[in-house]
Amino acid sequence: MGPLSPALNLVANHFYAEYYARHDAEHGVAVSVPHVLLALLSEGPKYGLQLREEFEAGTGEVWPLNVGQVYKTLGRLERDGLAESDGTGQDGREKTGQKRFRITPRGAEALAAWLRTPPDLTSPPRDELVMKVLVAARVPGTDAHEVIQAHRVYLLELMQQWTRLKEGEARDDLSLALVVDAEIFRLDAVIRWLDAAEVRLARAAAAPPQPASAPAPVPAPQLRRLGARR
Amino acid sequence: MSRPGLGGSAVSVLELRGVSKTYGQEPAAVRALAGVDLSVRGGEMVAVMGPSGSGKSTLLTIAGSLEDPTSGEVLVCGMALAGMPRGRRARLRRRVIGYVFQDFNLLPGLTAAENAALPLELDGVAVPKARAAALAALAALGVAGRAGWFPDQLSGGERQRVAIARAVVGERRLLLADEPSGALDSVNAGEVMRLLHEACQRGVAAVVVTHDAQLAAWADRIVLLRDGRMTGHTTRPPGPESLLIPRETR
Repeated sequence: MGPLSPALNLVANHFYAEYYARHDAEHGVAVSVPHVLLALLSEGPKYGLQLREEFEAGTGEVWPLNVGQVYKTLGRLERDGLAESDGTGQDGREKTGQKRFRITPRGAEALAAWLRTPPDLTSPPRDELVMKVLVAARVPGTDAHEVIQAHRVYLLELMQQWTRLKEGEARDDLSLALVVDAEIFRLDAVIRWLDAAEVRLARAAAAPPQPASAPAPVPAPQLRRLGARR
Repeated sequence: MSRPGLGGSAVSVLELRGVSKTYGQEPAAVRALAGVDLSVRGGEMVAVMGPSGSGKSTLLTIAGSLEDPTSGEVLVCGMALAGMPRGRRARLRRRVIGYVFQDFNLLPGLTAAENAALPLELDGVAVPKARAAALAALAALGVAGRAGWFPDQLSGGERQRVAIARAVVGERRLLLADEPSGALDSVNAGEVMRLLHEACQRGVAAVVVTHDAQLAAWADRIVLLRDGRMTGHTTRPPGPESLLIPRETR
């Protein structure tokens, strides 16, 4: 495979220089632990350990959460007035493990607002797989199709695993079924992207575009505006 | 012809050895398959994936003895198809191989039970016996209550269940399916794959051709075709429990 076509270069340069820093800041946490805890507290007062167990059960036991993370988050929720606790030890000093937490009216408002706020999907995430395929296309002596195939097989095996879960445990567990569907659709989208990438790379190899006919680089602000409209 | 044994899964139900298929003559020849090796055991479901023109459907028609390879060998239940007399080959097709098509291919003038019983009746099985087997197959697919209904009275999902019942009725050992979910929505399409997978768990071997990764993921093994060649396959992945939170880390 030869060097990247100008179009692929454009994609690589824009997406992976422009958005690295922004993505880290905005997409660092995949699951909003504070809001999921608020959702659990909206059912009634609960202890920290109970919250951790319910968090894991409610996310189909796919997302682990440690106790420290739970108490740290509860501390922040309390500080911000979104939750409150009633637990103090016999000596009058607070003991986190004995505290029972409840949601405040402000917390309920914050939860309702969060549920209805779409996550920011306007900028492309930093995706290691996309990067690998882009890099494979420009490393001399590397067969990008072979690289794509290796990833495709791995992703299909992962999908097989999730499908087994769907067939088994998830049949009677709604939370798990929803999580499993989300994962399967996500992996499916990545496989479809690999298929499309393979076609594009084959076309680019068959008819490399002439420099004169290469499209002018799209300025970054325009890309951002396009993203913001979605 | 003696009925092939329904024994264990040690022997491949379907085996392709170096199968190639070329259409037309040089210089305009089109090579649809090039040296494909594939072995499918009883109880195993294999999905064949690949882009349009990769040879998926050709592989299926050759596996079903509807077409001969240009070179290579095809064995069904250990019997080589090459050189098999036409009548014997037709019997093998009727008794051992079931087909599921994208558009169901049910006969509109026959009820669900009559459609499902048809392959047995064509094979000379007495009507009451064929009907009993058809009802059992419909029951296994959850559509026993639709036995007396005509295809145009059934939903898309129900039609495909009847089509699968027709494909597995009797003692069929090999199920060949070409895009079996057709135009069904994703939930019904998944249901079709679950039913095919359950049929395999009862001992049938299945080859399912699909372009849809979500459907292929139901298979025990996924084979990837490109330009008529096998370019890769999945190995049996670890169990789904590895996706869940390990208990000891809690």
